[in-house]
Amino acid sequence: MTEDMSQYPLRLDGDDFPMVRFQKVTKAYGSLVVLNQLDLDVSAGEMVTIIGPSGSGKTTVLRMLMTLETINSGVIYVEGEPLTHMERDGRLVPANSAHIRRIRSKIGMCFQHFNLFPHMTALGNCMEGPVQVLRLPRKEAEERSLELLEMVGMAEKRDQHPSRLSGGQQQRVAIARALAMRPKIMLFDEVTSALDPEVISEVTNVIRRLVDTHNLTMLMVTHQMGFAKEISDRVCFFFDGSIEEQGSPAKLFETPERERTKQFLNAVLEAN
Amino acid sequence: MTYVEFLQAHSGRMIDGTIITVYQFLLSTVVAIGIAILFGLMKLSKNLAVRSVAIIYIEIFRGTSLLVQLFWIFFVLPLFGIHLDKFTAGFLAVGLNMGAYGAELVRGAILAVPQGQWEAAIALNMSSRKRMWRVVLPQAFVIMLPPWGNLIIEILKGTALVALISVTDLMFEVRQININTFLSIEAFGTAIIIYYLIARLFVTPVMRAFENAMSRKIGRA
Ligand SMILES: Nc1ncnc2c1ncn2[C@@H]1O[C@H](COP(=O)(O)OP(=O)(O)OP(=O)(O)O)[C@@H](O)[C@H]1O
Ligand SMILES: [Mg+2]
Repeated sequence: MTEDMSQYPLRLDGDDFPMVRFQKVTKAYGSLVVLNQLDLDVSAGEMVTIIGPSGSGKTTVLRMLMTLETINSGVIYVEGEPLTHMERDGRLVPANSAHIRRIRSKIGMCFQHFNLFPHMTALGNCMEGPVQVLRLPRKEAEERSLELLEMVGMAEKRDQHPSRLSGGQQQRVAIARALAMRPKIMLFDEVTSALDPEVISEVTNVIRRLVDTHNLTMLMVTHQMGFAKEISDRVCFFFDGSIEEQGSPAKLFETPERERTKQFLNAVLEAN
Repeated sequence: MTYVEFLQAHSGRMIDGTIITVYQFLLSTVVAIGIAILFGLMKLSKNLAVRSVAIIYIEIFRGTSLLVQLFWIFFVLPLFGIHLDKFTAGFLAVGLNMGAYGAELVRGAILAVPQGQWEAAIALNMSSRKRMWRVVLPQAFVIMLPPWGNLIIEILKGTALVALISVTDLMFEVRQININTFLSIEAFGTAIIIYYLIARLFVTPVMRAFENAMSRKIGRA
Protein backbone atom coordinates (compact mmCIF):
# COMPACT_ATOMS: atom_id res chain seq x y z
CA MET A 1 0.00 0.00 0.00
CA THR A 2 1.64 3.20 -1.14
CA GLU A 3 -1.13 5.55 -0.14
CA ASP A 4 -0.17 9.13 0.68
CA MET A 5 -1.40 9.37 4.27
CA SER A 6 -0.63 13.08 4.57
CA GLN A 7 -3.90 13.87 2.80
CA TYR A 8 -5.78 12.69 5.91
CA PRO A 9 -5.94 14.80 9.07
CA LEU A 10 -4.45 13.19 12.18
CA ARG A 11 -7.72 13.92 13.91
CA LEU A 12 -10.79 15.99 13.18
CA ASP A 13 -10.71 19.32 15.00
CA GLY A 14 -13.14 22.08 15.71
CA ASP A 15 -16.41 21.53 17.50
CA ASP A 16 -18.42 20.47 14.53
CA PHE A 17 -16.93 17.16 13.44
CA PRO A 18 -19.22 14.20 12.75
CA MET A 19 -19.57 11.20 15.06
CA VAL A 20 -18.43 8.97 12.21
CA ARG A 21 -16.58 9.91 9.06
CA PHE A 22 -15.56 7.61 6.24
CA GLN A 23 -12.96 9.43 4.19
CA LYS A 24 -12.06 7.95 0.81
CA VAL A 25 -12.43 4.44 2.21
CA THR A 26 -11.80 1.64 -0.23
CA LYS A 27 -12.39 -2.05 0.37
CA ALA A 28 -11.48 -4.78 -2.07
CA TYR A 29 -11.45 -8.56 -1.96
CA GLY A 30 -8.65 -9.40 -4.35
CA SER A 31 -9.53 -7.62 -7.56
CA LEU A 32 -13.18 -7.15 -6.57
CA VAL A 33 -13.61 -3.56 -5.37
CA VAL A 34 -16.53 -3.65 -2.94
CA LEU A 35 -16.40 -0.04 -1.77
CA ASN A 36 -14.79 2.62 -3.89
CA GLN A 37 -13.47 5.76 -2.19
CA LEU A 38 -16.46 6.00 0.12
CA ASP A 39 -17.11 9.37 1.79
CA LEU A 40 -19.82 9.32 4.42
CA ASP A 41 -20.45 11.45 7.51
CA VAL A 42 -22.86 10.56 10.29
CA SER A 43 -23.64 13.22 12.89
CA ALA A 44 -24.06 12.58 16.57
CA GLY A 45 -27.56 11.34 17.30
CA GLU A 46 -28.36 10.81 13.65
CA MET A 47 -30.16 7.71 12.33
CA VAL A 48 -28.81 6.88 8.90
CA THR A 49 -30.30 4.02 6.91
CA ILE A 50 -28.46 2.26 4.14
CA ILE A 51 -30.47 0.67 1.35
CA GLY A 52 -29.46 -0.80 -1.96
CA PRO A 53 -29.33 -3.95 -4.04
CA SER A 54 -27.68 -7.13 -2.84
CA GLY A 55 -23.91 -6.99 -3.11
CA SER A 56 -23.75 -3.19 -3.20
CA GLY A 57 -21.54 -3.08 -0.11
CA LYS A 58 -24.04 -2.17 2.63
CA THR A 59 -22.95 -4.81 5.12
CA THR A 60 -19.30 -4.09 4.37
CA VAL A 61 -19.72 -0.47 5.50
CA LEU A 62 -20.94 -1.59 8.93
CA ARG A 63 -18.39 -4.36 9.24
CA MET A 64 -15.51 -2.00 8.53
CA LEU A 65 -16.76 0.39 11.20
CA MET A 66 -17.04 -2.52 13.67
CA THR A 67 -13.45 -3.49 12.68
CA LEU A 68 -14.64 -6.86 11.41
CA GLU A 69 -13.08 -6.05 8.05
CA THR A 70 -9.81 -4.31 7.32
CA ILE A 71 -9.80 -1.42 4.89
CA ASN A 72 -7.49 -1.11 1.91
CA SER A 73 -7.18 2.66 1.89
CA GLY A 74 -8.74 5.74 3.38
CA VAL A 75 -9.43 6.55 7.03
CA ILE A 76 -12.45 6.06 9.25
CA TYR A 77 -12.83 8.64 12.04
CA VAL A 78 -14.92 8.01 15.14
CA GLU A 79 -15.56 11.07 17.29
CA GLY A 80 -12.75 12.75 15.42
CA GLU A 81 -10.16 10.04 16.04
CA PRO A 82 -8.98 7.59 13.41
CA LEU A 83 -10.31 4.07 14.06
CA THR A 84 -7.66 1.80 12.60
CA HIS A 85 -4.86 4.36 12.40
CA MET A 86 -2.94 6.24 15.04
CA GLU A 87 -0.52 9.10 15.06
CA ARG A 88 3.19 8.46 15.24
CA ASP A 89 5.75 11.20 14.62
CA GLY A 90 3.10 13.37 13.06
CA ARG A 91 1.93 10.71 10.62
CA LEU A 92 -0.91 8.22 10.52
CA VAL A 93 0.25 4.63 10.88
CA PRO A 94 -1.75 1.42 11.40
CA ALA A 95 -3.14 1.41 14.93
CA ASN A 96 -2.14 -1.09 17.60
CA SER A 97 -4.78 -3.20 19.27
CA ALA A 98 -4.97 -1.00 22.38
CA HIS A 99 -5.92 1.96 20.22
CA ILE A 100 -8.44 -0.04 18.22
CA ARG A 101 -10.05 -1.39 21.38
CA ARG A 102 -10.32 2.10 22.86
CA ILE A 103 -12.11 3.46 19.80
CA ARG A 104 -14.13 0.29 19.27
CA SER A 105 -15.60 0.60 22.77
CA LYS A 106 -17.81 3.37 21.37
CA ILE A 107 -19.47 1.06 18.86
CA GLY A 108 -21.98 -1.76 19.19
CA MET A 109 -23.48 -3.98 16.53
CA CYS A 110 -26.44 -6.29 15.98
CA PHE A 111 -26.30 -8.96 13.32
CA GLN A 112 -28.75 -10.54 10.90
CA HIS A 113 -28.35 -13.92 12.62
CA PHE A 114 -28.20 -12.55 16.20
CA ASN A 115 -24.97 -14.39 17.09
CA LEU A 116 -25.94 -14.79 20.72
CA PHE A 117 -23.59 -16.97 22.76
CA PRO A 118 -25.38 -20.35 22.94
CA HIS A 119 -23.69 -21.42 26.16
CA MET A 120 -24.99 -18.46 28.13
CA THR A 121 -28.49 -17.46 29.21
CA ALA A 122 -30.15 -14.28 27.97
CA LEU A 123 -28.93 -12.53 31.12
CA GLY A 124 -25.49 -14.13 30.81
CA ASN A 125 -25.21 -12.84 27.24
CA CYS A 126 -25.98 -9.31 28.39
CA MET A 127 -23.64 -9.44 31.39
CA GLU A 128 -20.69 -10.92 29.53
CA GLY A 129 -19.38 -7.66 28.07
CA PRO A 130 -19.93 -5.49 31.14
CA VAL A 131 -18.28 -8.05 33.45
CA GLN A 132 -15.47 -9.30 31.21
CA VAL A 133 -14.64 -6.19 29.22
CA LEU A 134 -15.82 -3.21 31.28
CA ARG A 135 -14.96 -5.04 34.51
CA LEU A 136 -18.11 -3.89 36.26
CA PRO A 137 -18.97 -5.65 39.52
CA ARG A 138 -21.37 -8.53 38.80
CA LYS A 139 -24.19 -6.92 40.72
CA GLU A 140 -23.98 -3.71 38.77
CA ALA A 141 -23.69 -5.58 35.46
CA GLU A 142 -26.73 -7.62 36.38
CA GLU A 143 -28.79 -4.56 37.25
CA ARG A 144 -27.82 -2.89 34.00
CA SER A 145 -28.57 -6.04 32.00
CA LEU A 146 -31.94 -6.61 33.63
CA GLU A 147 -32.93 -3.04 32.97
CA LEU A 148 -32.13 -3.50 29.30
CA LEU A 149 -33.82 -6.89 29.08
CA GLU A 150 -36.83 -5.17 30.61
CA MET A 151 -36.69 -2.47 27.96
CA VAL A 152 -36.66 -5.02 25.12
CA GLY A 153 -39.41 -7.01 26.84
CA MET A 154 -37.23 -10.02 27.60
CA ALA A 155 -36.84 -9.82 31.39
CA GLU A 156 -39.03 -12.88 31.87
CA LYS A 157 -36.76 -14.99 29.70
CA ARG A 158 -33.58 -13.93 31.45
CA ASP A 159 -32.63 -17.48 32.43
CA GLN A 160 -33.31 -19.08 29.04
CA HIS A 161 -30.57 -20.12 26.67
CA PRO A 162 -30.81 -18.79 23.09
CA SER A 163 -31.83 -22.21 21.76
CA ARG A 164 -35.07 -21.85 23.72
CA LEU A 165 -35.89 -18.43 22.27
CA SER A 166 -37.60 -17.48 19.01
CA GLY A 167 -35.74 -15.42 16.44
CA GLY A 168 -37.46 -12.21 17.46
CA GLN A 169 -36.68 -12.87 21.10
CA GLN A 170 -33.06 -13.66 20.33
CA GLN A 171 -32.67 -10.46 18.35
CA ARG A 172 -34.11 -8.42 21.22
CA VAL A 173 -31.63 -10.02 23.62
CA ALA A 174 -28.87 -9.25 21.13
CA ILE A 175 -29.90 -5.59 21.12
CA ALA A 176 -29.86 -5.54 24.93
CA ARG A 177 -26.46 -7.22 24.92
CA ALA A 178 -25.02 -4.56 22.62
CA LEU A 179 -26.58 -1.69 24.61
CA ALA A 180 -25.19 -3.07 27.87
CA MET A 181 -21.78 -1.85 26.70
CA ARG A 182 -23.19 1.70 26.53
CA PRO A 183 -22.02 2.39 22.98
CA LYS A 184 -22.40 5.82 21.40
CA ILE A 185 -22.87 4.29 17.97
CA MET A 186 -25.12 1.34 17.14
CA LEU A 187 -24.97 -0.64 13.93
CA PHE A 188 -27.87 -2.78 12.74
CA ASP A 189 -27.30 -5.10 9.81
CA GLU A 190 -30.61 -6.40 8.48
CA VAL A 191 -31.68 -7.32 11.98
CA THR A 192 -35.15 -8.37 10.83
CA SER A 193 -34.22 -10.29 7.67
CA ALA A 194 -33.99 -13.66 9.39
CA LEU A 195 -37.30 -13.24 11.21
CA ASP A 196 -40.77 -14.51 10.46
CA PRO A 197 -42.99 -11.64 9.25
CA GLU A 198 -45.22 -11.71 12.31
CA VAL A 199 -42.37 -11.07 14.78
CA ILE A 200 -40.57 -8.34 12.82
CA SER A 201 -42.46 -5.64 14.72
CA GLU A 202 -41.12 -6.96 18.06
CA VAL A 203 -37.70 -5.87 16.92
CA THR A 204 -38.59 -2.74 14.99
CA ASN A 205 -40.54 -1.49 18.01
CA VAL A 206 -37.42 -1.79 20.12
CA ILE A 207 -35.43 0.18 17.57
CA ARG A 208 -38.19 2.81 17.44
CA ARG A 209 -37.99 3.15 21.21
CA LEU A 210 -34.22 3.54 20.99
CA VAL A 211 -34.57 6.33 18.48
CA ASP A 212 -37.15 8.08 20.64
CA THR A 213 -35.49 7.76 24.00
CA HIS A 214 -31.74 7.47 23.44
CA ASN A 215 -29.31 9.85 21.87
CA LEU A 216 -27.53 7.11 19.95
CA THR A 217 -25.91 7.52 16.59
CA MET A 218 -27.23 4.73 14.42
CA LEU A 219 -26.38 3.16 11.12
CA MET A 220 -28.90 0.65 9.88
CA VAL A 221 -28.96 -1.60 6.84
CA THR A 222 -32.46 -2.74 5.99
CA HIS A 223 -34.67 -4.05 3.23
CA GLN A 224 -37.79 -2.73 4.95
CA MET A 225 -38.43 0.46 3.05
CA GLY A 226 -41.45 1.46 5.14
CA PHE A 227 -39.47 1.24 8.35
CA ALA A 228 -36.53 3.11 6.83
CA LYS A 229 -38.82 5.87 5.63
CA GLU A 230 -40.49 6.23 9.00
CA ILE A 231 -37.46 6.14 11.25
CA SER A 232 -34.46 7.60 9.42
CA ASP A 233 -33.04 11.08 9.50
CA ARG A 234 -31.26 10.29 6.27
CA VAL A 235 -31.29 7.45 3.76
CA CYS A 236 -28.29 6.44 1.65
CA PHE A 237 -28.86 4.43 -1.48
CA PHE A 238 -25.84 2.30 -2.26
CA PHE A 239 -25.11 1.02 -5.71
CA ASP A 240 -22.05 -0.90 -6.74
CA GLY A 241 -19.83 0.16 -3.88
CA SER A 242 -20.64 3.83 -3.63
CA ILE A 243 -23.45 6.13 -2.56
CA GLU A 244 -25.58 6.71 -5.61
CA GLU A 245 -27.99 9.07 -3.87
CA GLN A 246 -28.77 10.22 -0.35
CA GLY A 247 -31.18 12.53 1.37
CA SER A 248 -34.10 12.78 3.75
CA PRO A 249 -36.47 9.83 3.60
CA ALA A 250 -39.19 12.04 2.15
CA LYS A 251 -36.96 13.20 -0.65
CA LEU A 252 -35.31 9.89 -1.43
CA PHE A 253 -38.48 7.83 -1.40
CA GLU A 254 -40.88 10.42 -2.90
CA THR A 255 -38.73 12.28 -5.37
CA PRO A 256 -35.59 10.30 -6.13
CA GLU A 257 -33.36 11.97 -8.68
CA ARG A 258 -31.17 9.21 -10.00
CA GLU A 259 -32.39 6.66 -12.46
CA ARG A 260 -30.91 3.74 -10.50
CA THR A 261 -32.64 4.85 -7.31
CA LYS A 262 -35.97 4.96 -9.11
CA GLN A 263 -35.40 1.54 -10.63
CA PHE A 264 -34.44 0.05 -7.27
CA LEU A 265 -37.42 1.56 -5.45
CA ASN A 266 -39.81 0.44 -8.18
CA ALA A 267 -38.41 -3.07 -8.07
CA VAL A 268 -38.78 -3.22 -4.29
CA LEU A 269 -42.31 -1.84 -4.42
CA GLU A 270 -43.29 -4.43 -6.99
CA ALA A 271 -41.84 -7.22 -4.88
CA ASN A 272 -43.99 -6.20 -1.91
CA MET B 1 -7.78 -76.69 35.03
CA THR B 2 -11.11 -74.92 34.69
CA TYR B 3 -11.38 -71.22 33.90
CA VAL B 4 -12.50 -70.58 37.48
CA GLU B 5 -9.39 -72.30 38.78
CA PHE B 6 -7.34 -70.24 36.31
CA LEU B 7 -8.85 -67.04 37.65
CA GLN B 8 -8.32 -68.12 41.27
CA ALA B 9 -4.68 -68.81 40.56
CA HIS B 10 -3.87 -65.65 38.64
CA SER B 11 -6.40 -62.98 39.59
CA GLY B 12 -3.95 -61.31 41.96
CA ARG B 13 -1.43 -60.60 39.22
CA MET B 14 -4.13 -59.56 36.82
CA ILE B 15 -5.66 -57.13 39.29
CA ASP B 16 -2.23 -55.61 39.97
CA GLY B 17 -1.72 -55.29 36.22
CA THR B 18 -5.13 -53.76 35.72
CA ILE B 19 -4.42 -51.13 38.36
CA ILE B 20 -1.20 -50.17 36.59
CA THR B 21 -3.06 -50.08 33.28
CA VAL B 22 -5.68 -47.73 34.74
CA TYR B 23 -2.93 -45.46 36.11
CA GLN B 24 -1.15 -45.46 32.75
CA PHE B 25 -4.44 -44.74 31.04
CA LEU B 26 -5.41 -41.84 33.31
CA LEU B 27 -1.98 -40.23 33.21
CA SER B 28 -1.72 -40.66 29.42
CA THR B 29 -5.11 -39.01 29.08
CA VAL B 30 -4.05 -36.02 31.17
CA VAL B 31 -0.88 -35.63 29.09
CA ALA B 32 -2.83 -36.03 25.85
CA ILE B 33 -5.38 -33.37 26.84
CA GLY B 34 -2.65 -30.90 27.78
CA ILE B 35 -0.69 -31.55 24.59
CA ALA B 36 -3.85 -31.39 22.49
CA ILE B 37 -4.89 -27.98 23.82
CA LEU B 38 -1.36 -26.60 23.60
CA PHE B 39 -0.59 -27.74 20.06
CA GLY B 40 -4.16 -27.32 18.83
CA LEU B 41 -4.05 -23.63 19.80
CA MET B 42 -0.48 -23.25 18.52
CA LYS B 43 -1.46 -24.62 15.14
CA LEU B 44 -4.06 -21.84 14.89
CA SER B 45 -1.57 -19.12 15.83
CA LYS B 46 -0.98 -16.20 13.50
CA ASN B 47 2.72 -16.47 14.27
CA LEU B 48 4.41 -18.62 11.64
CA ALA B 49 7.13 -19.89 13.98
CA VAL B 50 4.62 -20.98 16.62
CA ARG B 51 2.45 -22.59 13.98
CA SER B 52 5.42 -24.40 12.45
CA VAL B 53 6.42 -25.93 15.77
CA ALA B 54 2.90 -27.31 16.16
CA ILE B 55 2.76 -28.62 12.59
CA ILE B 56 6.11 -30.39 12.96
CA TYR B 57 5.15 -31.88 16.32
CA ILE B 58 1.83 -33.16 15.04
CA GLU B 59 3.39 -34.54 11.86
CA ILE B 60 6.11 -36.43 13.72
CA PHE B 61 3.87 -37.95 16.35
CA ARG B 62 1.07 -38.87 13.99
CA GLY B 63 3.35 -39.91 11.17
CA THR B 64 5.43 -42.46 13.05
CA SER B 65 4.47 -45.46 15.14
CA LEU B 66 3.62 -45.22 18.82
CA LEU B 67 5.79 -48.25 19.54
CA VAL B 68 8.83 -46.62 17.95
CA GLN B 69 8.16 -43.42 19.90
CA LEU B 70 7.91 -45.43 23.11
CA PHE B 71 11.27 -47.08 22.44
CA TRP B 72 12.81 -43.73 21.57
CA ILE B 73 11.68 -42.18 24.82
CA PHE B 74 12.80 -45.15 26.89
CA PHE B 75 15.95 -46.36 25.10
CA VAL B 76 17.23 -43.38 23.06
CA LEU B 77 16.60 -40.36 25.26
CA PRO B 78 19.00 -41.69 27.93
CA LEU B 79 21.76 -41.42 25.31
CA PHE B 80 21.04 -37.67 25.34
CA GLY B 81 21.13 -37.58 29.13
CA ILE B 82 17.36 -37.76 29.69
CA HIS B 83 16.59 -40.73 31.93
CA LEU B 84 12.96 -41.59 32.57
CA ASP B 85 11.79 -44.55 34.58
CA LYS B 86 9.75 -47.02 32.57
CA PHE B 87 6.44 -46.05 34.19
CA THR B 88 6.89 -42.37 33.26
CA ALA B 89 8.25 -43.17 29.81
CA GLY B 90 5.17 -45.33 29.23
CA PHE B 91 2.38 -42.86 29.89
CA LEU B 92 4.42 -39.99 28.45
CA ALA B 93 4.86 -41.77 25.11
CA VAL B 94 1.18 -42.66 24.88
CA GLY B 95 0.12 -39.18 25.96
CA LEU B 96 2.47 -37.35 23.60
CA ASN B 97 1.35 -39.54 20.71
CA MET B 98 -2.40 -39.34 21.34
CA GLY B 99 -2.09 -35.64 22.13
CA ALA B 100 -1.02 -35.07 18.53
CA TYR B 101 -4.30 -36.60 17.36
CA GLY B 102 -6.15 -34.62 20.04
CA ALA B 103 -4.54 -31.40 18.80
CA GLU B 104 -6.27 -31.89 15.46
CA LEU B 105 -9.58 -32.43 17.28
CA VAL B 106 -9.08 -29.21 19.25
CA ARG B 107 -8.16 -27.28 16.14
CA GLY B 108 -11.04 -28.70 14.11
CA ALA B 109 -13.55 -27.95 16.84
CA ILE B 110 -12.36 -24.36 17.21
CA LEU B 111 -12.68 -23.86 13.45
CA ALA B 112 -16.17 -25.37 13.59
CA VAL B 113 -17.42 -22.64 15.92
CA PRO B 114 -19.38 -20.29 13.65
CA GLN B 115 -17.59 -17.15 12.49
CA GLY B 116 -20.45 -15.07 13.87
CA GLN B 117 -19.45 -16.01 17.40
CA TRP B 118 -16.01 -14.47 16.94
CA GLU B 119 -17.60 -11.42 15.41
CA ALA B 120 -20.08 -10.97 18.24
CA ALA B 121 -17.18 -11.19 20.69
CA ILE B 122 -15.29 -8.52 18.76
CA ALA B 123 -18.40 -6.34 18.71
CA LEU B 124 -18.40 -6.59 22.53
CA ASN B 125 -14.79 -5.40 22.36
CA MET B 126 -13.40 -8.53 23.98
CA SER B 127 -9.64 -9.09 23.95
CA SER B 128 -8.45 -11.94 21.75
CA ARG B 129 -7.80 -14.03 24.85
CA LYS B 130 -11.35 -13.53 26.17
CA ARG B 131 -12.77 -14.27 22.74
CA MET B 132 -11.02 -17.60 22.81
CA TRP B 133 -11.58 -18.65 26.43
CA ARG B 134 -15.01 -17.17 27.11
CA VAL B 135 -16.74 -17.59 23.76
CA VAL B 136 -15.04 -20.04 21.42
CA LEU B 137 -13.45 -22.73 23.59
CA PRO B 138 -16.61 -23.53 25.58
CA GLN B 139 -18.44 -24.15 22.31
CA ALA B 140 -15.52 -25.99 20.75
CA PHE B 141 -15.45 -28.19 23.83
CA VAL B 142 -19.01 -29.36 23.21
CA ILE B 143 -18.24 -29.99 19.55
CA MET B 144 -15.16 -32.10 20.25
CA LEU B 145 -16.52 -34.26 23.07
CA PRO B 146 -17.82 -37.11 20.86
CA PRO B 147 -14.54 -37.55 18.91
CA TRP B 148 -12.62 -37.31 22.18
CA GLY B 149 -14.64 -40.27 23.41
CA ASN B 150 -13.14 -42.33 20.62
CA LEU B 151 -9.65 -40.98 21.16
CA ILE B 152 -9.75 -41.81 24.86
CA ILE B 153 -10.61 -45.40 24.02
CA GLU B 154 -7.60 -45.35 21.68
CA ILE B 155 -5.47 -44.11 24.56
CA LEU B 156 -6.62 -47.05 26.69
CA LYS B 157 -5.75 -49.50 23.93
CA GLY B 158 -2.46 -47.72 23.30
CA THR B 159 -1.32 -48.22 26.87
CA ALA B 160 -1.01 -51.97 26.20
CA LEU B 161 2.25 -51.20 24.40
CA VAL B 162 3.98 -50.06 27.59
CA ALA B 163 4.32 -53.75 28.49
CA LEU B 164 7.05 -53.83 25.86
CA ILE B 165 9.28 -51.63 28.02
CA SER B 166 8.42 -53.85 31.02
CA VAL B 167 5.89 -51.63 32.72
CA THR B 168 3.99 -54.21 34.75
CA ASP B 169 0.57 -53.37 33.34
CA LEU B 170 -2.23 -55.82 32.54
CA MET B 171 -0.68 -56.83 29.24
CA PHE B 172 2.69 -57.47 30.88
CA GLU B 173 1.17 -59.66 33.61
CA VAL B 174 -0.91 -61.61 31.13
CA ARG B 175 2.15 -62.33 29.02
CA GLN B 176 3.97 -63.57 32.08
CA ILE B 177 1.07 -65.84 32.95
CA ASN B 178 1.05 -67.14 29.39
CA ILE B 179 4.78 -67.88 29.48
CA ASN B 180 4.43 -69.72 32.79
CA THR B 181 1.26 -71.69 32.06
CA PHE B 182 0.86 -71.85 28.28
CA LEU B 183 -2.84 -71.12 28.89
CA SER B 184 -2.94 -68.60 26.05
CA ILE B 185 -6.70 -68.61 25.49
CA GLU B 186 -7.49 -68.05 29.15
CA ALA B 187 -4.76 -65.45 29.65
CA PHE B 188 -5.28 -63.29 26.58
CA GLY B 189 -9.03 -63.91 26.59
CA THR B 190 -9.28 -62.47 30.08
CA ALA B 191 -7.15 -59.49 29.04
CA ILE B 192 -9.49 -58.72 26.17
CA ILE B 193 -12.48 -58.87 28.48
CA ILE B 194 -10.86 -56.56 31.03
CA TYR B 195 -9.86 -53.95 28.42
CA TYR B 196 -13.35 -54.12 26.99
CA LEU B 197 -14.99 -53.72 30.38
CA ILE B 198 -12.85 -50.70 31.29
CA ALA B 199 -13.87 -49.07 28.02
CA ARG B 200 -17.55 -49.90 28.20
CA LEU B 201 -18.23 -49.67 31.92
CA PHE B 202 -15.95 -46.77 32.69
CA VAL B 203 -14.86 -44.62 29.75
CA THR B 204 -18.02 -44.61 27.66
CA PRO B 205 -20.44 -43.82 30.51
CA VAL B 206 -18.21 -41.05 31.82
CA MET B 207 -17.97 -39.46 28.37
CA ARG B 208 -21.71 -39.87 27.83
CA ALA B 209 -22.47 -38.18 31.13
CA PHE B 210 -20.08 -35.42 30.23
CA GLU B 211 -21.75 -34.87 26.87
CA ASN B 212 -25.19 -34.76 28.45
CA ALA B 213 -24.07 -32.34 31.12
CA MET B 214 -22.53 -30.06 28.50
CA SER B 215 -25.53 -30.05 26.22
CA ARG B 216 -27.74 -29.28 29.19
CA LYS B 217 -25.44 -26.43 30.04
CA ILE B 218 -25.88 -24.83 26.66
CA GLY B 219 -29.60 -25.45 26.81
CA ARG B 220 -29.84 -28.06 24.07
CA ALA B 221 -31.04 -31.00 26.11
N1 LIG C 1 -15.24 -12.34 2.56
C1 LIG C 1 -15.51 -11.96 1.28
N2 LIG C 1 -14.74 -12.39 0.28
C2 LIG C 1 -14.99 -12.02 -0.99
N3 LIG C 1 -16.00 -11.21 -1.36
C3 LIG C 1 -16.80 -10.75 -0.39
C4 LIG C 1 -16.60 -11.09 0.98
N4 LIG C 1 -17.57 -10.48 1.71
C5 LIG C 1 -18.32 -9.79 0.83
N5 LIG C 1 -17.87 -9.95 -0.44
C6 LIG C 1 -18.44 -9.33 -1.63
O1 LIG C 1 -18.51 -7.94 -1.41
C7 LIG C 1 -19.66 -7.40 -2.04
C8 LIG C 1 -20.45 -6.57 -1.05
O2 LIG C 1 -20.91 -7.41 -0.02
P1 LIG C 1 -21.88 -6.91 1.11
O3 LIG C 1 -22.09 -8.04 2.02
O4 LIG C 1 -21.37 -5.63 1.70
O5 LIG C 1 -23.21 -6.61 0.29
P2 LIG C 1 -24.63 -6.16 0.82
O6 LIG C 1 -24.92 -4.87 0.16
O7 LIG C 1 -24.68 -6.21 2.29
O8 LIG C 1 -25.57 -7.29 0.19
P3 LIG C 1 -26.85 -8.04 0.81
O9 LIG C 1 -28.01 -7.13 0.59
O10 LIG C 1 -26.96 -9.28 -0.02
O11 LIG C 1 -26.56 -8.31 2.25
C9 LIG C 1 -20.44 -8.57 -2.61
O12 LIG C 1 -20.15 -8.65 -3.99
C10 LIG C 1 -19.85 -9.76 -1.90
O13 LIG C 1 -19.89 -10.89 -2.72
MG1 LIG D 1 -25.68 -7.44 3.72
